[in-house]
Amino acid sequence: MMGYMGKRFKRENAGDLLFRVLALLFGLSILAITFGIIFELWINTSLSREKFGLGFLWSTDFNINKGEIGALTVIYGTVVTAVIAIILSGLVGIGIAAFLVEIAPRRVNRVVGFLVELLAAIPSIVYGFWGIFALAPWLGEHVVPAIKSALGWLPIFAGPYVNASVFTASIVLAIMILPTVAAISRDVIEAVPDSQREGMLALGATRWEMFSRAVLPYAKNGVLGALILGMGRAAGETMAVTLIIGNNTQLFTSLFQQGATMASVIANDFGEAHGLFLSALLEIGLILFAITFLINVGARLLVWVFFRDPRGGVRV
Amino acid sequence: MTALAAASVVVALVPLAAVLFYVAFKGAAAWNKEFFTGLPTLFGSGGGVANGIVGTLITVALASIIGIPIGVMAGIYLSEYGTGRLGSLIRFVADTMTGIPSIVAGIFIYGLVVLNTGGYSGFAGALSLAILMIPVIARSTEGVVRLVPDSIREASLGLGIPRWKTIVRVVVPSALNGIVTGVLLSVARVAGETAPLLFTAFGSDYFNLNPFKGPMPELPLQVYNAARSAYQGVIQVGWGAALLLVLMVLVANLLARLAFRSPGGGR
Repeated sequence: MMGYMGKRFKRENAGDLLFRVLALLFGLSILAITFGIIFELWINTSLSREKFGLGFLWSTDFNINKGEIGALTVIYGTVVTAVIAIILSGLVGIGIAAFLVEIAPRRVNRVVGFLVELLAAIPSIVYGFWGIFALAPWLGEHVVPAIKSALGWLPIFAGPYVNASVFTASIVLAIMILPTVAAISRDVIEAVPDSQREGMLALGATRWEMFSRAVLPYAKNGVLGALILGMGRAAGETMAVTLIIGNNTQLFTSLFQQGATMASVIANDFGEAHGLFLSALLEIGLILFAITFLINVGARLLVWVFFRDPRGGVRV
Repeated sequence: MTALAAASVVVALVPLAAVLFYVAFKGAAAWNKEFFTGLPTLFGSGGGVANGIVGTLITVALASIIGIPIGVMAGIYLSEYGTGRLGSLIRFVADTMTGIPSIVAGIFIYGLVVLNTGGYSGFAGALSLAILMIPVIARSTEGVVRLVPDSIREASLGLGIPRWKTIVRVVVPSALNGIVTGVLLSVARVAGETAPLLFTAFGSDYFNLNPFKGPMPELPLQVYNAARSAYQGVIQVGWGAALLLVLMVLVANLLARLAFRSPGGGR
């Protein structure tokens, strides 16, 4: 944009040079912070990495007293809660996006969009507080009995329901990532060219057919990106999960059992951790950072690819 | 299809209403003089969050002082000088960093500052919050500054005004509304953050007006402690603190959006 002007000046005046260097330094600070985090976490986890090695990733031990710690139980917990959350909020989020783009008049679009953004503004700790004291008992009274009577034979719904459980935590997570999924899905669906819609409608399709057979397939990459991004948010969510999931580092089989995620175990156990345990917790933090970083990169690449080349090469 | 889509909207708005009404209802019941002026109690009833309110204000203010200049300048870099490959790299990394778990910022500062300077502090908390603010402010600033039409830049340069002065005195003021919006939204978000503070400010049951020495009480941490308490009285205070937190964040959010009412541009 302004680059060509820079080449025109053979000798920049002092003010311009100073400012450009200053701006560059501040820009580089972002890289410095990112690499600083990776570097510092790597160094501070040397104790744990040396003791456990790569096996840390798939060990299910979690016995602090015996000094045997592995990350698998919390990785498992993170993945399960994030997947359930994205399934629930993906359906609702795409529905909201469809409503906002295909159906709603402009004013409704703005109001509903604003309200969904309000959902995102509520602090995580408040979701946790509300989740454990208000939602969990309500679920126990009104939703769980219905699930138990219809699907109680399934192993994932086995056992008695307690307020602090994987089930409740996943639902609260779904609520929390909904704004992210809905917002990106809306942008993506809005970007689908009208020619696709008109073509489908001209063939006599219903609105639903137009949406499911023309719009969604076209927006595939972008919507997938939105879902993955939502999953990344769910994986990194700490306070709400810590208060609701029960913090039991086990490979739970039923959703009504308690569990733990990477973020929740760090928040829960950090206070009294020393030495090897502390190092192990930091290593879990490093793994969490790596996973969410990769998820974010992958998701943004997908969304970026969609906005540039929606059908991977086929431009309409 | 209309029914399904409309149903999704309802499904989304029901929890929003549920959270807001429940927190408002329970929280307002906890608001009394002692709540706003007293210190937390560990058991029994009563107690307040006065130290947390002050602590949060101090910490967020300090985080803003650190994070806003860095974030805005980084955004200006990305917009005005960031057309090359380095700019793309920084942009991509900044985008990704807007999504990192806040707890990672906390344990990073814990290792960097708390372990090395011997203790929890409000300053460490402010640093961890600033890390969360910087990428978000950078990207939002870039977005708004980019919108300033090139004609304005060219007119200024055409008058012989040096490039740096063009940016500082012409471009940025045009984009100021949008920059302020982005900054306010970012401040609103970090004001409610809890996880990073667990490892940096740590929280306290007493007043602390010095952010550089000793654990700093924080409102979100007090909500967290209340949630884990067995005493109804303490939980009650937690509801009040949760309501206060939600109000602070919502007001900042609304302020940010209203400040954007008259979009910047054209002088």
